[in-house]
Amino acid sequence: MDLKSTRDAFGEALVELGSENSNLLVMDADLSISTKTCLFSGKYPERFFNAGIAEQNMVGVASGLSKTGKTVVVSTLAVFAPGRSYDQIRNTLVHSNCNVKIIVTHAGLSVGKDGSSHQSIEDIALSRVIPGLNVIIPCDAVETRAAIRMAVNTPGPFYIRLGRPEVPVINKINYEFKLGKGVVLREGNDITLIGCGIMVFEMLKTAKILEENDISAEVINMPSIKPIDKDLIRNRARKTGMVFTCEEHSIIGGLGSAVLETIEEEKNIYVKRIGLEDTFGESGLPEELFEKYGLSAEKITEKILKIYKKERSGYDC
Amino acid sequence: MENHSIKNLDKIANLARQNIIKVTTEVEGGHLAGSLSCIDILVVLYFKVLSHNPAMPDWDERDRFILSKGHAAPALYTVLAMSGYFPEEELYTLRKINSRLQGHPDSKKLPGIEISTGSLGQGFSAAVGMALGYKYDKKNGQIYCLVGDGECDEGQVWEAAMFASSYNIKNITVIIDRNRYQIDGETEKVIKLEPLKDKWNSFGWETMEIDGHNLNQIQEALEKARGTRTVIIANTIKGKGVSFLENNNKYHSKPCCREECSLAIDELNKKLEFI
Ligand SMILES: Cc1ncc(C[n+]2csc(CCOP(=O)(O)OP(=O)(O)O)c2C)c(N)n1
Repeated sequence: MDLKSTRDAFGEALVELGSENSNLLVMDADLSISTKTCLFSGKYPERFFNAGIAEQNMVGVASGLSKTGKTVVVSTLAVFAPGRSYDQIRNTLVHSNCNVKIIVTHAGLSVGKDGSSHQSIEDIALSRVIPGLNVIIPCDAVETRAAIRMAVNTPGPFYIRLGRPEVPVINKINYEFKLGKGVVLREGNDITLIGCGIMVFEMLKTAKILEENDISAEVINMPSIKPIDKDLIRNRARKTGMVFTCEEHSIIGGLGSAVLETIEEEKNIYVKRIGLEDTFGESGLPEELFEKYGLSAEKITEKILKIYKKERSGYDC
Repeated sequence: MENHSIKNLDKIANLARQNIIKVTTEVEGGHLAGSLSCIDILVVLYFKVLSHNPAMPDWDERDRFILSKGHAAPALYTVLAMSGYFPEEELYTLRKINSRLQGHPDSKKLPGIEISTGSLGQGFSAAVGMALGYKYDKKNGQIYCLVGDGECDEGQVWEAAMFASSYNIKNITVIIDRNRYQIDGETEKVIKLEPLKDKWNSFGWETMEIDGHNLNQIQEALEKARGTRTVIIANTIKGKGVSFLENNNKYHSKPCCREECSLAIDELNKKLEFI
């Protein structure tokens, strides 16, 4: 499988969209090399505005720019938007339904050695709670490109969460992004795995290990956190009766919470959220951190096996 | 506070630079260039100016130092280790899993860190809060805060500056590491800061401008600023001390490779002979 970071795909997608759409402007807050908006600024310097290290002002200026008929992409690290610029996003950008796409990189633990100050583990909760903000978390480079194309061509505010490291390319090149739709990547009968972003690949690995343990797991990529694919979640949850959600985020308020909200009126469905258990991350290599904080396929499998044995009497492995 | 001569401080600064370079190379990460631009200031603070006690980091009457540009953590950890807060060997755990030396300073993990920083613009507000607390308690301690020049882009810096003068806080010294670079390039090309001194003046602060690598000037300015509300604009060089690192923004968050590291150490050792 090819490896590519979603931020690299973002930078390339911007250049591509910039050539098609002269109305597309891009802003960054002194992180254009990290977020890869430097690819756009290199090609279209007159359509790029660096706000300096001033995320709050960047969001405000972008909102105003959009009200003069422009489509604006703002970018920084996930920890600084929505984090640093939260009120500006809520009360200006989304409140006035601005045509601004907040596309951030370096989400989650996989930031690695820079440590917890730069590892955003709350942004899914912060973004999806704002009324009217679409929230998207692509799992690979192909999906990133497709999602950004869709967002730029769809009026209104979007939050798109990307990562720092290279990740395997799972999707086919002609993949088309459908807002509000989940994607079943693998069929299974015993349990349902739902995840997003970098966790999708971990889930696929998990499903393989589970198969060796005689558990048939279906794997769902859920890139559209808001709007979320309620029908798919309900149908699949009813089918297997056992759902595990996986996210590089706190288990409070993220994808897992969104899934729980979707099935709150269902009976007899077991749901376990896998993510950071109300703790900050720390410095370390992404692989080490995934192991320590229970996000690696091996750790996820361990957790699932333990629960499965308890919940499904008769299972013995 | 020890009675180091300037010559002695010069040696310490040279060895501190060697530590920063060796450690970041060894652990393959860390913000090198912005650590080297502020290390002379940190050395004068920790070895000459600050009233502190490494054996008792929470000593009630201490002066306090806040690294608002938290990414210069390698510089801060180095002076903390060299002044006795923890063993120098521990520097090599920088940015590693289970370490106390996080990528950005974490006050819950490491004694001597007054408050966690890393998100720019925030440490200075907290420093103003500490100064207000000391003023309220009629304590003599002075609060020192190092702010990046790029960091001054943040509106919060100016909110804090206004707060401090509005409450007439007079026990805080801000040092601006004026190395003229931020990540995306030269500060004046990204977002214009000049006239920086006038800005601070108009926000109600006294200002001084010094050569941020001249240990005499650093010491004099810091001593003069005690008991006032002063900004010291320290003109510095990003990557200072090693020819191929100076003003080379490639090394903002990238360490030397092994080869470059030994060249850098050689260069610094030669300088050490002449001190
Ligand atoms: C709020 C916030 N936005 C962005 C960053 C990412 N960042 C880290 S260092 C840096 C540049 C800092 O420039 P400056 O203050 O001049 O520091 P120096 O050049 O001395 O390293 C940026 C943008 C951050 N740490 N915090």
